[in-house]
Amino acid sequence: MINLFVRSLWNRRSTAVLTIFSISISVTLLLGVENIRQGVRGSFSSAVSGTDIIVGARGGSLQLLLYSIFRIGNAPNNLSWESYIEFNNDKRVKWTIPISLGDSHRGFRVLGTNQNYFKYFRYGSKKKLGFSKGKSFSKLFDAVIGSEVARNLNYQLNEDIIIAHGTGNKSFLKHDDRPFKVVGILRPTGTPVDQTVHVSLEGITAMHIDWESGAPPMEGESLSSEDILKRDLKSEEITSFLIGLKSKIHVFSLQREINTYKEEPLSAIMPGVALQELWNILRTAETGLRVISWFVLFTGLLGMLTALLSGLNERRREMAILRSVGAGPSTISFLLIFEAVFLTFTGILFGLCFLYITLFVSRPLLETYFGLFLPINPPSFKDLFLLGGIILAAMFMGVIPAFKAYRQSLVDGMTIRL
Amino acid sequence: MAETILDFKNVCFSWKNSGRELLNLPELLVNQHDHVFLQGPSGSGKSTLLALVGGILVSESGTLQVLGTEIKSLSSSARDSFRVDHIGLTFQLFNLLPYLSIEENVILPLSFSKIRSKRAGRTKVDQVKEAQRLLKALGLGEQLAEKSPVTELSVGQQQRVAAARALIGNPELIIADEPTSALDADLRHSFLDLLFSECKKAGSTLLFVSHDSSLSELFKKKFSMNEINIIKN
Repeated sequence: MINLFVRSLWNRRSTAVLTIFSISISVTLLLGVENIRQGVRGSFSSAVSGTDIIVGARGGSLQLLLYSIFRIGNAPNNLSWESYIEFNNDKRVKWTIPISLGDSHRGFRVLGTNQNYFKYFRYGSKKKLGFSKGKSFSKLFDAVIGSEVARNLNYQLNEDIIIAHGTGNKSFLKHDDRPFKVVGILRPTGTPVDQTVHVSLEGITAMHIDWESGAPPMEGESLSSEDILKRDLKSEEITSFLIGLKSKIHVFSLQREINTYKEEPLSAIMPGVALQELWNILRTAETGLRVISWFVLFTGLLGMLTALLSGLNERRREMAILRSVGAGPSTISFLLIFEAVFLTFTGILFGLCFLYITLFVSRPLLETYFGLFLPINPPSFKDLFLLGGIILAAMFMGVIPAFKAYRQSLVDGMTIRL
Repeated sequence: MAETILDFKNVCFSWKNSGRELLNLPELLVNQHDHVFLQGPSGSGKSTLLALVGGILVSESGTLQVLGTEIKSLSSSARDSFRVDHIGLTFQLFNLLPYLSIEENVILPLSFSKIRSKRAGRTKVDQVKEAQRLLKALGLGEQLAEKSPVTELSVGQQQRVAAARALIGNPELIIADEPTSALDADLRHSFLDLLFSECKKAGSTLLFVSHDSSLSELFKKKFSMNEINIIKN
């Protein structure tokens, strides 16, 4: 019987392969969308933890979160060093991490900060940054690079790097007169930290010391690196800063104080709340994607049903022969249902293979270009439940041609009508 | 006294929805080892009669005994297994599954019938040997040795494969429904000769159905649908 089934299907292999293919594509899409959705959420949520408040120039809270943590987009404005010091010295504040953005190195953002970054910054489940090689910056032109920067550009310790003014890969203005030296490489975190070049705030200032309103110094007027070292390199402004509080109780009062700060228009946000806002925006897109992938699955199953039903007329003779050698109508119906289930099951298996191959292939690309870290997990309980549901749906779809074949073989009996 | 294979009395059949009577047989009797020729033009109720013998259709009234079993008393699945256990069938055309080999087509009924499977051989190997023996006896030794796909066989060769399939496992009754209509006159006779001798060896009763009365001289016992069916179309 199984032999019969296999041989019969093999005889119609081109249709069967196409059916399996269309089902596997839809399964890949369905699970892929789910996987990417979770990956995006996971990588966004794990990018920052332990930070109570993020402060930046007055603007949208989502924008502030995106540029300060995810290096997406640019800050509308900077904030003054004085404001930073003011809140840094507040007695409720345990630590602050200043962040100065605006430059890049071959497409990777450059972030100016201080030692607090390596001491207090947390990601994932309160994990601390660690060095895989080297140490933190101590000299003016020292740089610490994220793991992805090192891997992608194949950088080792003591490499000289030139930082470009502005962001983007093709910046024409380069700070090539003041190269930085890689002194440390961070361990992979699966967060935007991996894609970042970290330098000291003083380094950032030094780079721009003789620049005027965004333009490089005229030829012959630029200061040598030795001269710069003698100067006072206190920052005048930074892009944003992160705050860790001694006690969470003060979150709301401090946030309100910052938002109503008289000296300068500032915005203070809580990362969790801003993330929630992000989810709300993404939800529509997610739902759209999910609806599309459901439709693709539906189309796949419908395609199978079409193939089974149109095959039925051609197979009428086959059914009559089987019937004449003793197969009952129930056996024939069973063959059809089994075929539907078999095609779907095989489609699902291939779909899973496609999915994992795609994930493995696309993971480095997503990581490099979007800073998206997709965890590759075995199918979750929910996925299996979903796949089981698909098989069940296929079984119900198989019932339609099976019922038709049952009726047909009852009426046709053993005579073969042509 | 030979055993009765078919014993139909006062069998009436009509489709439920049309109500028109198709068949009304006062009596039809076939004994064991008979070679019976059943002649009738199309539309004379031949197919309906065969469907009744095979248990595909059931009449509302009368006695429908096949091999001493009242077909009407069986459930539809019991009728299916009764058919494969005791009846071998061949059709006019397209008897074979194109995706199976010659031997696999022949042993196909054995996977649905324990009785015939047992008679054909204890093991699968024995059964395939029995199939090969039948095929060789029917003159298909060459095609067998070449492992020709069934789709490459001529119509006459396909009919002989179908005959081998009907004969395997020695069913009590062989029904051949217009098996020679696609063959030319020479082939018809040689096919019939082979069928007769193999039925004799197997001890099977043969019910041969055809619209072509020129073959009737080869049979001792003849029925004409026009005579046994009292409904005239």
